[in-house]
Amino acid sequence: MAEIVIKGVAKQFGAFTALHSVDLTIADQEFMVLLGASGCGKTTLLRIIAGLEAPSQGEVWIGGRRVDHLPPRARGIAMVFQNYAVFPHLTVFENIAFGLRMANMPQAEVERRVTRTAELMHIGQLLKRYSGELSGGQRQRVAVARALAMEPDVILMDEPLSNLDALLRLEMRAELKGVLAQSKTTTIYVTHDQVEAMSLADRISVMNGGYIVQADRPTEVYRNPAARFVGSFIGNPPMNFLPASPDGAGRWRVAGRVFDGPHAEAAEFAIRPEDLQAASDGLNAEVRVVEPLGPHTLITAEVAGQPFRAVLESDRQVAPGDVITLAPVPDRIRWFDPETHKAIA
Amino acid sequence: MSDVTIPGPRREEVNRAGRFLFGAGIALLVLWVLVPIWFLFVNALSAPSEVTGFPKRFWPSFDLASVRFFWNFQGVTNALWNSIKVAVLTMILSIGMGAPAGYALSRFDFPGKEFFRVLVIMTRAFPLPLLALPLAVMFIRTGLDDTVLGLALVHAMLALPFAVLITFSLFSGIPVELEEAAWTLGCTRLQAFVKVVLPLALPGIAASAVFAFVISWNEVFAAAVLTIENRTLTAFLLQSLNVSPLPLKFAGGAALVLPALIFIFAVRKYLFAMWGIANR
Ligand SMILES: Nc1ncnc2c1ncn2[C@@H]1O[C@H](COP(=O)(O)OP(=O)(O)OP(=O)(O)O)[C@@H](O)[C@H]1O
Ligand SMILES: [Mg+2]
Repeated sequence: MAEIVIKGVAKQFGAFTALHSVDLTIADQEFMVLLGASGCGKTTLLRIIAGLEAPSQGEVWIGGRRVDHLPPRARGIAMVFQNYAVFPHLTVFENIAFGLRMANMPQAEVERRVTRTAELMHIGQLLKRYSGELSGGQRQRVAVARALAMEPDVILMDEPLSNLDALLRLEMRAELKGVLAQSKTTTIYVTHDQVEAMSLADRISVMNGGYIVQADRPTEVYRNPAARFVGSFIGNPPMNFLPASPDGAGRWRVAGRVFDGPHAEAAEFAIRPEDLQAASDGLNAEVRVVEPLGPHTLITAEVAGQPFRAVLESDRQVAPGDVITLAPVPDRIRWFDPETHKAIA
Repeated sequence: MSDVTIPGPRREEVNRAGRFLFGAGIALLVLWVLVPIWFLFVNALSAPSEVTGFPKRFWPSFDLASVRFFWNFQGVTNALWNSIKVAVLTMILSIGMGAPAGYALSRFDFPGKEFFRVLVIMTRAFPLPLLALPLAVMFIRTGLDDTVLGLALVHAMLALPFAVLITFSLFSGIPVELEEAAWTLGCTRLQAFVKVVLPLALPGIAASAVFAFVISWNEVFAAAVLTIENRTLTAFLLQSLNVSPLPLKFAGGAALVLPALIFIFAVRKYLFAMWGIANR
């Protein structure tokens, strides 16, 4: 059992605050992805959990034990680094065996575990090589195997696939998902690739500027962004936003059309590009750019002076300069507070 | 484009002249270093009668009379032994203190770090002749004068800046992630250092140890001032310079230069690294 609880963890580097009071609970055997733009504090949070960085405030609990004062080796974690950190002076076998030897495991058990994890990661034939004789993808596998061989309660991964080419990334992603699902560890996985996050995660924690903005299941994060940032960060193309003005109780005027909305002081209208349909009645959009993508056509248009994207069926003929009418799917419309940028239920 | 050609040297001519100057410059520098060394070894390995003769032959006659004479000269073996003892002790002291300092500089941020780095180099800013007299007085008071340890301490001070700088660049070249990975795999800080950093840094540390050895081996001023009975080879040769015959000087000179040359050649890669020049 290794539930991870992070309570009010903050981190300052001098005058700069990298993390503002983060609270997060990760269930036993959960696959949690930390997702956010570069510099938002993902690595910092991961390193605090690993014990490679001390938090300025707050507590870290792993498996019911408070660990923020413990060194990394006493936390029951294993980590996979972005640049792999495969020991160059040791063979692949000794790399994978490194942690087991530190734990004074008998030789037979070391061999059993190394062989098993190497098989699992498809590097069984490379055990005698040195890291200088491996490709990036193979080094990546060694790094994961080395972590898995420890049979840790928690595996921490910092952008483990970011140095691989696109095809290998896709392959490794699927493989990692399978391997980690079997291994029954709690996983925290850092990435700034939203597709990777969506495909791997049980839950995604979206981070922005040192805050966790939303931590929820991938579909939930996608469908019901808790904040404007989440909507604009996740999804390609991202969510569309339009200003709204009140038009009676629970009624909002958006680009000249009236929609049912929340009972609030002020609100901003939001809709995902794929939740728009070409219809006779809807928002008037002046088409600027048309990008046929095969199954769909991506249209960049202008609605009430705001940039606005729509994903339409590719059989629909549209040309730049056309004015088309786009109808939002009613139950996919979201509303945000223009002040706090938080979602309004 | 017009067809007007500008009179003057053409491009390839300029290039050729440049290449010639470059080559000539290099040849000059190489000769500057190699001629004295050649001269030294030719004379050391020639018969005593040939030493004063001119012109020289390019290859020495490999007559070992000079070398034998040098070896049997009163006090030479003793001085040689002293040189080795002082140099080895210097090596141990400067690496023992320099490597931890280099590690600290590469891995930790501490207040006054930059100042410390300047300070390390500043130890070389005081000329030894200036320090020698007060040092001699202090050594006599503490009883360190004319001892191997006393001289090794001074030599260690001379070698320390290099030891710190070489090991600093060495440790900086080893990614922190390797150490951190070792920590997450069950190592204490010390274990990670021994199992991961040290094996990777060892060739470079050996190189900087050798460099410290050479610095001590070749140092003459402090050795001459601070020792009387227990002279090192350099100090011994300096002292007997005006009384010793020419063949002895050449053989002695060769004995001094040879280990230094071999060692420096062996560790050149790391010396380049110290100055931040990549090796090829
Ligand atoms: N040791 C440090 N000293 C000072 N500032 C730091 C330090 N480490 C990180 N930071 C700052 O903290 C912020 C968060 O860094 P962090 O490495 O956690 O970002 P990240 O989300 O992992 O980004 P990326 O996706 O680029 O890896 C950044 O603005 C960074 O400049
Ligand atoms: Mg990072």
